Amino acid sequence: MRTIDLATTPLRALNEDLHRQKDGANEAKWEVLNPRGAHAVAAGVDAPISVDVKGSVGYYCAGMNKKAAITVHGSAGPGVAENMMSGKVVIKGDASQYAGATGRGGLLVIEGNASSRCGISMKGIDIIVKGNIGHMSAFMAQSGSLVVLGDAGDALGDSIYEAKLFVRGKVKSLGADCIEKEMRPEHHEALGKLLEQAGFTGVKSSEFKRYGSARKLYNFNIDNADAY
Amino acid sequence: MTYHNPPTTPRKSWTFDDYTLSEIRRAAATGIYDIRGGGAKRRVPHFDDLLFLGASISRYALEGYREKCSTSVTLGTRFAKKPIELKIPITIAGMSFGALSAQAKEALGRGATIAGTSTTTGDGGMTPEERGQSQTLVYQYLPSRYGMNPDDLRKADAIEVVVGQGAKPGGGGMLLGQKISDRVAEMRNLPKGIDQRSACRHPDWTGPDDLEIKLLEIREITNWEKPIYIKVGGTRPYYDTALAVKAGADVIVLDGMQGGTAATQEVFIENVGLPTLACIRPAVQALQDLGMHRKVQLIVSGGIRTGADAAKALALGADAVSIGMAAMAALGDNDPSLNEEYAKLHTAAGSYDDWHEGRDPAGITTQDPELSKRLDPVKAGRRLANYLKVMTLEIQTVARAAGHNNIHNLEPEDLCALTLEAAAMARVPLAGTNWIPGQGQGGL
Repeated sequence: MRTIDLATTPLRALNEDLHRQKDGANEAKWEVLNPRGAHAVAAGVDAPISVDVKGSVGYYCAGMNKKAAITVHGSAGPGVAENMMSGKVVIKGDASQYAGATGRGGLLVIEGNASSRCGISMKGIDIIVKGNIGHMSAFMAQSGSLVVLGDAGDALGDSIYEAKLFVRGKVKSLGADCIEKEMRPEHHEALGKLLEQAGFTGVKSSEFKRYGSARKLYNFNIDNADAY
Repeated sequence: MTYHNPPTTPRKSWTFDDYTLSEIRRAAATGIYDIRGGGAKRRVPHFDDLLFLGASISRYALEGYREKCSTSVTLGTRFAKKPIELKIPITIAGMSFGALSAQAKEALGRGATIAGTSTTTGDGGMTPEERGQSQTLVYQYLPSRYGMNPDDLRKADAIEVVVGQGAKPGGGGMLLGQKISDRVAEMRNLPKGIDQRSACRHPDWTGPDDLEIKLLEIREITNWEKPIYIKVGGTRPYYDTALAVKAGADVIVLDGMQGGTAATQEVFIENVGLPTLACIRPAVQALQDLGMHRKVQLIVSGGIRTGADAAKALALGADAVSIGMAAMAALGDNDPSLNEEYAKLHTAAGSYDDWHEGRDPAGITTQDPELSKRLDPVKAGRRLANYLKVMTLEIQTVARAAGHNNIHNLEPEDLCALTLEAAAMARVPLAGTNWIPGQGQGGL
């Protein structure tokens, strides 16, 4: 285990060290102490290593992550795991705005609540939030799944493309072109797997409703202009 | 003799001219606003309204062809470990694969590389063709983040965070269904054939304070190697430039309303944003006020066509210029040799701007495999290189005539204006006077 204390080590040195790790790296386990809300902690990692951040982080923690398993033992600021490619990011506390924005792969687990625009413009990432999510989540979401065990705020899935949204609690309102859809067997199966990967036991896929695109705004029609 | 009253000559309205009436009829028939490519077509004060004074007794000219006049430029000297060195001060603006064919992107890379300058990706990610053929490639970081990934980010020579562009400041990208081919759809994670309207704001930052942190993240991911550009449309150039500097830009790209786009609403192109000429001096003033002129480089784009235009932009304080539509014309866009085919599309060479429909007979703004094949990337790249070299010679010619051995020594004092408007916007005297309208009025 390699331990880096951000109280005494600059962020640049931490990220440089992490970027040096490649497939088959000897130093597979990392621990980061005293993040104290620092931005871009463990951004751009590209190796199958595990990084445990012992405290809360600022903006863009684990940004563009590839392969790594990064756990924040605290809360995360805006844009956590933005544009993640693969790997797994777990936030033990809450996450601020834009969690998992534009993510293209991997799994983001938020054990607390997520703020507004969670999963904005997501492109393949899977996001699971144990608590609630804020307004405008999954805005223009292209692909991947957003699973919410709690409630969703206003305008969920506004202008959504092909992403799948599963919400167990209440949805305050749906955004333009987002509708409730039938939970078919394949959706129960996929959702069950995601819950298992996130380690959320005792929750059944049958408790969720599925939301997705009505596909009415995919091609412009003047008579739909009031939907925007 | 019978007297006939003279007939009244039919008089057309200046307000309701033929074009305006045709647009009303078109809107009534189709129920959709006009979408087109290109930049503003209306006449606005431009570089044509400025003249160089040249040398005489008060200035000492340099000998053409014999005395050296440097043209190189270094971009990204503020923070980047690896600034970009270009042989000429003309770059190729961001144009996406999707908007352009793969052949056209390859041709841009080839031409730019021969001439010693950079080309730029667009709203669709980086293709192997353009990376392979571009010695210096700027990777755009756009609100849509289509195709964005850390590997391509690290393969780039510079990164351009696009906040806006001159043709549609405040608007997002648009790529209509006809051009969402299998490859384009895959690169953008979108269903094939949909009308794709990408976001106008970035998904994970909102203001200059956030942007500063976003730049930190990009720099951390790319090891602080790459120059980071911030591109803005011409709207409030003094403040946008100052905020881009504050956020940590290495380079600012400022695009006026004549700058082209692949497709957007006509109402946007013609009615939103500032003419390029009006953008430069406020941006330079902001850099000077912050003590950052020449430390944060300024690239100006939007309607640059000739070496004279480029030289005038440099004289007003830019470090380089960028071309998009002119580069497309050099490749073969809107060539009169294709007039028969343009006629079938109800248009003519010089007017063709329905680039979003993907039926470009020149094979440039299309994803149709048969049309795309018409463009030979090697020959088209050579044409672009020739054009860039001619522009560079023109800049040198003007600079030598003004007594400068380096094109970056061109200065506002080398210029005068032909119109009051141009004099006020460029902040140079009206020709034959020492009058600069608007000075002392506090205009930004």
